[in-house]
Amino acid sequence: MNTGTLSRCLPWVVVGLFALFPMLESTFYTQLVTKVLIMAIFAMSLDLLVGYTGLVSFGHAAYFGLAGYALALMGPKYEAASLWWTLPGAIGLCVAFALVTGLLVLRTRGIYFIMVTLAFAQMLYFVFHDTKLGGGSDGIYIYAKPTMNLGETVLVNLEKLDQFYWLVLFFTAACYFLLRRILGSSFGRALMGIKVNEHRMRALGFPVFRYQLASFALAGGLGGLAGYLAAVQFGFVNPEILSWHQSGAVLMMVILGGMGTLHGAVIGAFAFVLLQEVLSNQAWFGIAAKHWQLAMGILIMLVALYLPQGLAGLLAKLQRKPPAEAEEGADV
Amino acid sequence: MDLAFILIQLLNGLQYGLLLFLVASGLTLVFGIMGIINLAHGSFYMVGAYLAWSLASLTGNLATAILLAIPLTVILGMGLERLLFRQLYTRDHLYQVLLTYGLILVFEELRSIIWGDDVHGVAVPALLSASIPLTENLSYPVYRLAISGVCLLLALALYLLIQKTRLGMMIRAGASNRDMVQSLGIDIKLIYTLVFALGVALAAFAGMINAPLSSVTPGMGSHVLIICFVVVVIGGIGSVKGAMAASLMIGLAETFGQVLVPEVAGMIVYVLMAIILVWRPEGLFGRK
Amino acid sequence: MSEAILRTAGLTKRFGGLVAVSDVSLDLHVGEVHVVIGPNGAGKSTLTNLLSGDLPATSGRVMLDGRDIAGLSSDQISRMGVGRSYQKTNIFLPFTVFENARLAAQSRTPYALHVFGRAEQYDAINTLAGAALESAGLSHRAQRVAATLSHGEQRQLEIAMCLATRPRVLLLDEPLAGMGPHESQRMVELIGKLRNDHAIMLIEHDMDAVFALANRLTVMVNGEVLESGSPEQVRSSPAVQAAYLGGEEMLHG
Repeated sequence: MNTGTLSRCLPWVVVGLFALFPMLESTFYTQLVTKVLIMAIFAMSLDLLVGYTGLVSFGHAAYFGLAGYALALMGPKYEAASLWWTLPGAIGLCVAFALVTGLLVLRTRGIYFIMVTLAFAQMLYFVFHDTKLGGGSDGIYIYAKPTMNLGETVLVNLEKLDQFYWLVLFFTAACYFLLRRILGSSFGRALMGIKVNEHRMRALGFPVFRYQLASFALAGGLGGLAGYLAAVQFGFVNPEILSWHQSGAVLMMVILGGMGTLHGAVIGAFAFVLLQEVLSNQAWFGIAAKHWQLAMGILIMLVALYLPQGLAGLLAKLQRKPPAEAEEGADV
Repeated sequence: MDLAFILIQLLNGLQYGLLLFLVASGLTLVFGIMGIINLAHGSFYMVGAYLAWSLASLTGNLATAILLAIPLTVILGMGLERLLFRQLYTRDHLYQVLLTYGLILVFEELRSIIWGDDVHGVAVPALLSASIPLTENLSYPVYRLAISGVCLLLALALYLLIQKTRLGMMIRAGASNRDMVQSLGIDIKLIYTLVFALGVALAAFAGMINAPLSSVTPGMGSHVLIICFVVVVIGGIGSVKGAMAASLMIGLAETFGQVLVPEVAGMIVYVLMAIILVWRPEGLFGRK
Repeated sequence: MSEAILRTAGLTKRFGGLVAVSDVSLDLHVGEVHVVIGPNGAGKSTLTNLLSGDLPATSGRVMLDGRDIAGLSSDQISRMGVGRSYQKTNIFLPFTVFENARLAAQSRTPYALHVFGRAEQYDAINTLAGAALESAGLSHRAQRVAATLSHGEQRQLEIAMCLATRPRVLLLDEPLAGMGPHESQRMVELIGKLRNDHAIMLIEHDMDAVFALANRLTVMVNGEVLESGSPEQVRSSPAVQAAYLGGEEMLHG
């Protein structure tokens, strides 16, 4: 099997294997993997910005949190809302927020861009933290999970762990294949061109700002999808879901996995969430588990210093082709 | 609202702005001269406050505590520059963000292990605990005036250091032309270490002198960091003058915002930033 | 003589107190190579940047087809048919040679905004990119990663990308710099061929190439136009001879 067929078939095989996972009938692991898959969507959406468009956003949690709050505020308080309109509503809100902030933040580059994206996310944090709009620092409970009915029939019951798991898996796979398709298109190639050499893209006649804004909005929308699903899973939202710790965590997932590779973002989400679970496991680390962030912090620093290409980069290095061959061909 | 009340808010706003300047000036110098984005800068402010609290409880005197703490923060700054930040100068901003984000987590957890997660208060030194009466029931605390004075003195010293001394000349040259400085045989590494340590010490000092005014809390570092980012964005990267102008602007805007429109006070600084981004994306005093 | 397709009037650029380009007026015609020469720091590259929109002019006008384009962004100007190459090679190093040209060609087609179709499936773009590589003599390198090309080949790619955008006006900033004699010869021939249906401004130090190609010659010194006219006129101008100490100097750049 050549590498082309492999890279085309492998994702489908992986999705198939994941679909079988709930058969293990472990509530804990089904929930954990659901969480990982949601984070994978979140990480892929950020990778579109950081790894493919060259925009280092440190405020990506804004979209994650905004969509969660949108679900909590759009539905009736004690009854279930319909997913058919709350999900598009939440994503639409995130896209709109990304378009408005994008108009401002995309006027800046480099260090400025990092600081400004962080500041706007933090602004949203204070909106929900300081005002009564979203229940202040306590947040809001989502008492009933959204419904997904077709007429009278229940299409997917989100209260059922395994059904919700499959729904999340569907969205994760859809997000992966959608982004893969987009990145292989003319539009995606233009984004990669902008990451490598923005100046030259402009000189070639590309309206760079519009491309970046489109990418920013798409990333915001997909980040919103992840945030919506997370809010459904956990049943509550509070300001912490859009704090900068969340933005830092998702950036870590992207780099840990290997930025600029979609599967890297998925691997990164896995590695990060599992690390978090392991390090905070009291049975294994006892009292030290309480301070798991210390170990995580050191690990993040080590990755930044010694693993810049992430796990995907490490994999690629291990199976590196001989240099003479690598010179030829390498499709973008 | 009468004149005395406005005067008090004005003084409060200026005092808060000057304090912000101490933290933001170090941030903007490190940005401007070394090209480093340091998310952990707010942690230095927090470390300063906790040092002041714990040393003041030990010695019973804030002034002694500050005198003891300053050398510690300088050593911390030099150590961090040598061990960590030096590796980042040639790296992409992305990795600077990631590394300093990791550093925040480390600082937060070390703080939690060493000092716990409780909120603490520090007493105003007895010597400065008086208040100046303005009207029958309004007065202004001497301590606030005193720290405004100290901040102003430090700002002046910083200005003289950068504009008038040989070290300042090297700092300015380093900001504009790294290779030139190196070819003159000036030890750029030493300058970087000193500038970084200066930034750390200024931020920590701000945390120390502000400890009696606002309680010492676990989340204090991240809050001040974000505000300082806004200061740097508004003032322009690398510009100490810009940091001063933006700090005072934000100090006054936040203070008056809290009084006049408390519901949306938290938003004001971000609205200010948005306006600047539309009008002058490179900041008030930034180079294009 | 045909109407000038691109014409500047009183074009000036100041950086703080320094005047980099001062009151420059020149025009470009289809069928002509307008060569701009002058010592380093004369403002030639700044002039190119003003024409391409990479830098905003302090004052003066740039007329393209009678429309003032000063103040437009570089991507707008590029889409109006002004292509440029850079003095310092400015390409997409991690991409293949073909992808470099393909991206350039893509910018001109309505497919550029297609989000789903594979980038390589558009024959019009592929043909354009292939033809540009062919003209620049790089077809045999199409599948190489741009970073692995020799310096001269990267210069050729620079031109190929410019051609793939199908410009009417070409601004070439020292295209021969760093090329071997064989590659230089090829490039001179290519520029000579392009002259037929393009208006070309060429900045060049290689005097053999300058006099082989120039229909019109402008000498810049300290940001100002010292002399402008046919190569013979310029060569015999007393001002130019004085500035270059008798004309011999000029031949050596």
